[in-house]
Amino acid sequence: MAAVMAVESGQSRLRPFSCELGLLSRPDGRATFLQGVTPSVLAGLYGPVEAKISKELPDRAALEVLLRPKVGLPGVLERSREQLLRQTCEAVVLGALHPRTAITLVLQVLSDASLLSCCLNAACMALLDAGLPLAALFCGVTCALQPDGSVLLDPTARQEQEARAILTFAIGSSERKVLMATTKGSCSVEEMQQCLAAAQGAADTIFQFYRDSVRRRYCKS
Amino acid sequence: MKATPLSNCERRFLLRAIQEKKRLDGRQCYDYRNIRVSFGAERGCCIVELGRTRVLAQVSCELVSPKPNRPTEGVLFFNLELSPMAAPGLEPGRQSELLVSLNRLLERCLRDSKCIDTESLCVVAGEKVWQIRLDVHLLNHDGNITDAASIAGIVALCHFRRPDVSVQGEEVTVYTPEERDPVPLSIHHMPICVSFAFFHQGTYLLVDPTEREERVMDGFLVIAMNKHHEICTIQSSGVVMLVPDQILRCSKIAAVKVTEITEQIQKALENDQKARKEGGKFGFAESIPFQRITAFKMESAAVDTNDVEEQAKEIIAKADPPAEVFSKPVLLAAGTAQIGEGVENSWGDLEESEKEEAAEEEGESEAAAFECQKVETEDTMRETKNGKYCFSWYHILLYPFL
Repeated sequence: MAAVMAVESGQSRLRPFSCELGLLSRPDGRATFLQGVTPSVLAGLYGPVEAKISKELPDRAALEVLLRPKVGLPGVLERSREQLLRQTCEAVVLGALHPRTAITLVLQVLSDASLLSCCLNAACMALLDAGLPLAALFCGVTCALQPDGSVLLDPTARQEQEARAILTFAIGSSERKVLMATTKGSCSVEEMQQCLAAAQGAADTIFQFYRDSVRRRYCKS
Repeated sequence: MKATPLSNCERRFLLRAIQEKKRLDGRQCYDYRNIRVSFGAERGCCIVELGRTRVLAQVSCELVSPKPNRPTEGVLFFNLELSPMAAPGLEPGRQSELLVSLNRLLERCLRDSKCIDTESLCVVAGEKVWQIRLDVHLLNHDGNITDAASIAGIVALCHFRRPDVSVQGEEVTVYTPEERDPVPLSIHHMPICVSFAFFHQGTYLLVDPTEREERVMDGFLVIAMNKHHEICTIQSSGVVMLVPDQILRCSKIAAVKVTEITEQIQKALENDQKARKEGGKFGFAESIPFQRITAFKMESAAVDTNDVEEQAKEIIAKADPPAEVFSKPVLLAAGTAQIGEGVENSWGDLEESEKEEAAEEEGESEAAAFECQKVETEDTMRETKNGKYCFSWYHILLYPFL
């Protein structure tokens, strides 16, 4: 599957994304997001509900993100990703509308944990499914900088290993602003700007995907 | 998050319905909910849906040294997790009573029934054996976790392939899947749990209780059995005294259910095996019901990255030049440093304001306090910008956060 994705010059392909909303009965918002075959994440969201007194915030909803790996207990990697995801979600959730409540977002990795962007997309779809008031949508895009300096969008696990640097951006739907950026490996400022420009291009495709999936669900015909 | 309590009228309603031999989902007393098994792209990964209860299982393996008293036997490790996603009220990482009892039941069902041949997991006696680890995650809790977990566990174990190894003298070689085909675990039989719920002191009996029914039940009986009708585990709990006849009746029902479930599991495993062999499509992406309106799929999309270089150059050209580079820090005395000319010290101001802040907002959360501090430092920075540039170490330390 990975080898099929031949990179044409000046073009990068996103793998076929698929999603399913509303597949669990208990959570308020639930979504599964798959990028191609391997990275797939299931997200379940509860909230806004009554918060524990220790976690309650007087002016806004307390957002908690939990990332569960498939094997073993959550470690340092999961903790750091939880932080990134929480900060990204906090930037878009209008928490001030639900003060003193708690929102819990649980992400379960179904296969191949390596892609943070898949977690971001699943998180946003869960927020969308829960019907929480949001300031904007966001999507996650991963770019790989190949050794020859070219930018590759949505890399597979193998491409990620071969890459010189991996850059993950969370891009908001309003004005394509950057909500979160994280990198692994080294790159120059110019290369980072290139990746960002490519990611912003890819974001449009992903937002169109969100829109189409929601339209399919809520439109008659 | 708190679990929602069950109201008295709801409880009465449920019990009354059970008395009238009616169930909320329209099933008969001895009916099982639909079982759906889907496999992941990797080996040893499956999702089992029992009605709306959903469980994910993943098997992994590792070479470890064996237990000293069992030098020729592999190690089996089972771990059931009640993810907070499954239901409100389940907390991550807490060993609740429910979790411990479920874990123990799964262990008894899969390990103590000796369904997996542990001796075949031995590589070098007394030195290297395979450890097989089974992780089961509850994703959605709609009752009868036991049965769903036991089905998911045994399916994942049957689906799993461990890497092939060879021993030459002292040397142990582990082959990658490309070099040699991975080998399946040797599984003697497939024990499957069947749960029964008792109501009104054992007068009424239901198979495969849902979450609501579990909440109003008096007693609970689990029978683990394989298709040869051998009982692997029996566990009874709750405040109900069962007569021997009841247990016998339950084991007869369990025998029928286990035969049906085993057949279904084997069919699912065969189908997946066929798909893999023929090079067809497999994995979770294939198990999504795309005919439903809640599911959506996008074709692989091309993103034009031709003009990213120009865009990047444009942005860099437009961007402000990097801030003025200060001369080297000057060391006035040991332990101090100064950048630029320097004006008056701003340490005092900050402390005062901090005192006020502290008095005002005691008890507020850390995050909020940090934000206030941030605003505070920004103010002082602006002040100093009017004069000459002056940064104390305090500012420099805070700078990365701003």
